[in-house]
Amino acid sequence: MKSSLHRPDESQYLNCIRCGLCLSVCPTYREYLSETASPRGRTALARKGLEGELELSPNLLEQMYSCFACMACNDACPVGLRPADLAVDMRQVQEQIQPAEWKQALFGGLIPKPGRMELATFPLRIYEKLGLRRLIYALGLRKVLPPRIRDMEAMLPRLPQRPLRQELPEVTEAKDKSRNRVGFFLGCAQSLMFADESAATVRVLARNGSTVITPKETVCCGMPAAGYGRQDLVMEQARHNIAIYEQAGVETIITDCATCGSTLKDYGQLLKNDPDWAERADVFSKKVRDVSEFLMSIPLEKPKGRIEARVTYHDPCHLRRGQGVWKQPREILRMIDGIEFIDLPDADWCCGSAGSQLITHYETSLKVLGRKMDSIESTRAEYIASGCPGCQMQLNVGIRQRGLDVQVVHPIELLDRAYNQ
Amino acid sequence: MNPTLIAELEQITGKDGILHTPEDLAVYGYDGTFEEHRPDVVVLPRTTEQVSQIVKLAARERIPLVTRGMGSGLAAASVPFNGGITLSMTRMNRILEIDEANATVHAEAGVVTADLQTAVELVGLFYPPDPSSNKHSTIGGNIACNAGGPRCLKYGVTGDYVLGLTVVLADGRILHTGGKCIKDVVGYDLNALFTGSEGTLGIITEAILRLTAKPKFARTALVEFSALDAASHTVNAILSAGIVPATIELMDETAIACIEESMHLGLPLDVQATLLIETDGTDKDFVLREIEAIAKICCECGARQVKVAKNETERASLWKARRSVSPALARKAPNKLGEDITVPRSAIPDAIRQLKAVSVKYGLPIVIFGHAGDGNLHPNILFDKRDPEQWKKVEKMVAEEFEIALRLGGTLSGEHGVGALKRPYIGSALGEVSIEIQKKIKAALDPLNVLNPGKVLPD
Repeated sequence: MKSSLHRPDESQYLNCIRCGLCLSVCPTYREYLSETASPRGRTALARKGLEGELELSPNLLEQMYSCFACMACNDACPVGLRPADLAVDMRQVQEQIQPAEWKQALFGGLIPKPGRMELATFPLRIYEKLGLRRLIYALGLRKVLPPRIRDMEAMLPRLPQRPLRQELPEVTEAKDKSRNRVGFFLGCAQSLMFADESAATVRVLARNGSTVITPKETVCCGMPAAGYGRQDLVMEQARHNIAIYEQAGVETIITDCATCGSTLKDYGQLLKNDPDWAERADVFSKKVRDVSEFLMSIPLEKPKGRIEARVTYHDPCHLRRGQGVWKQPREILRMIDGIEFIDLPDADWCCGSAGSQLITHYETSLKVLGRKMDSIESTRAEYIASGCPGCQMQLNVGIRQRGLDVQVVHPIELLDRAYNQ
Repeated sequence: MNPTLIAELEQITGKDGILHTPEDLAVYGYDGTFEEHRPDVVVLPRTTEQVSQIVKLAARERIPLVTRGMGSGLAAASVPFNGGITLSMTRMNRILEIDEANATVHAEAGVVTADLQTAVELVGLFYPPDPSSNKHSTIGGNIACNAGGPRCLKYGVTGDYVLGLTVVLADGRILHTGGKCIKDVVGYDLNALFTGSEGTLGIITEAILRLTAKPKFARTALVEFSALDAASHTVNAILSAGIVPATIELMDETAIACIEESMHLGLPLDVQATLLIETDGTDKDFVLREIEAIAKICCECGARQVKVAKNETERASLWKARRSVSPALARKAPNKLGEDITVPRSAIPDAIRQLKAVSVKYGLPIVIFGHAGDGNLHPNILFDKRDPEQWKKVEKMVAEEFEIALRLGGTLSGEHGVGALKRPYIGSALGEVSIEIQKKIKAALDPLNVLNPGKVLPD
């Protein structure tokens, strides 16, 4: 192997003592009960691949892609290793040796270009807007779709008429007296698919005394490229986003997407070896807050409205482990009168989304989802709240598969609704 | 491995039960030690019948067969040094019956111990053996190594809970031992024979385990000592006073420092030792009185402070800390070699003194923690295996640790088993007569030496 390659930090695989503790928290191990599908197994394979004992074969690299990067093993490892990060790092090793052209096109050419993304998803909005979707459901045509296509279709929320990026003003004034000036990072999935949620986020922020600045020139946070081994593209996107917020002159940068939040908070780490950007990235990352994290740190107005419903909450991996935020969304839900909050068993167990795992690892993704759906059914909740578009899409698949009467929502949507009753 | 044999194995388990890519073989070559050797094929059976057919095939072809659970063992007992078939029991993970009236559970070998504990606790029952690995080890593996754990002081080891076993013998026959009866003296005690046999005599596929009532109350105290000696004397003072706590766990200063570094629990860093003592029972007042009596004895023996956990969260975090000692040591040095020598409890102070002397003699740290209440200690040597000088020292130190245990009337292993790592020392622990008898037992049950060859007994 060339010595110029970016390689994972060797302590991340040399220091594994093979105790096996990570097996007990790994969603893929849990489904397959095989060492190959475990964090300890992946760590051993990374080591053997990098040290030349094994070839970096397609099958070896597939084990790195089969990891859901839910980070449960990172949390469990008593040595302090981060096996999930190592698996993702190994994807980067592969990209350096054998770059895949489609990744350049997708993660370099399409995803970081908001205009192109909006164009590419136009047919989906037409599908919703013209009532085709309602028709397909009404005629029962969904049932004749092949299961895989049916599940992909089920991922889609009710799509907005226009991307939120085109609707949201650059500056949203605070409702009464402005106490904070905050930046809002509008994520791609939020703008294109969950526009109602981010609109609610901005309303809730403004209601609680924040003047909200939403720069429109931001690009994708970079998580999709990171997941496919293109750390170089993530860095480009990071520099772009950092520069934009330097212009905005805000002390806090808020996001309502768990995945964006965990990526933005990592820019400091990502660019720490770039002399021109290390400090700027660090300053940026330290400003980033998940919306629930921010709201619980300011005097938050208690809503007067009531929502009479049984509600449970699923922890997005990128929020709970990626950012250590898990109390705040629950606190927000509990402060709404009428809500009967039910603890979801194993709430922080991955739902199987992991971004695109339903597409790339369909069977495994559904198995992991099945476990989550059993937990959700056991709560008999009417709403499942979770502040992550990936999780929400995945949970929608489970709900439609089982024909459950459960609504997937962002916690902020419920807060917004309680305010406006 | 020969493709016809693979095809034949696939006939038995289905394609998804057979793994043989280079990647699969590479990750089934290790356990919780630093030893490693690749098998030729990995088989994941789902039924006892499948295991029987696999063993018949192995016997016919004279292929070594090594059984494993989740591979967390600490004696290299499941490392396939001779290649062959690795039989992973993890997919035989059904709990077949929880019999509340008789307080028994019938489970397949691959059930994770913590899962079994959770399941029986839901109906108010209790499976006490609690190896630190309870979330990443299986019932089958626990029985095959006769696993222990902190609670063994009061409740006994895994073997004390085995009422019946289903075992596939080396020729593929299926043997049922014992049953649901608490008392059973008909014939030799085959449960005891297979318990701790480390996959060398037969393959345990199912077990019927005895359960007890779940204790309703527990109190846990962390006791700090300025001197290690005082801590080890306290253990005997408590037990001699007629009190049997559920656990008395000892951690020395290095162990505490390692945990604190990884978990930030606010543990004291200026003590030489701590004891983690827990009492439990069904009567709250009794449990409270017992922990008070223990606290008094600790203070009389020179404890600096006794902190009783105020609530379940505090208690849980103390136990989380204790369970992570062994892996947390990896923060201090690239390698560690942990033993689990056992001495009669009156010899604990002597054992600790002598172990520390070995550390001074060779200049490598030995961290001591373990189940002080039952005399089962875990001296862990910290070292760097890449340095051949250090490795040479470690080999000598381990031999001296075993000598200490034997000299004080103890033995090599209280709960990890012999596997490959302690095999060179087993002769001095057991003596010629015992070894000879045990070899005859092995030959009677596995005349072709197919089951986990090269483990436990010397050639």
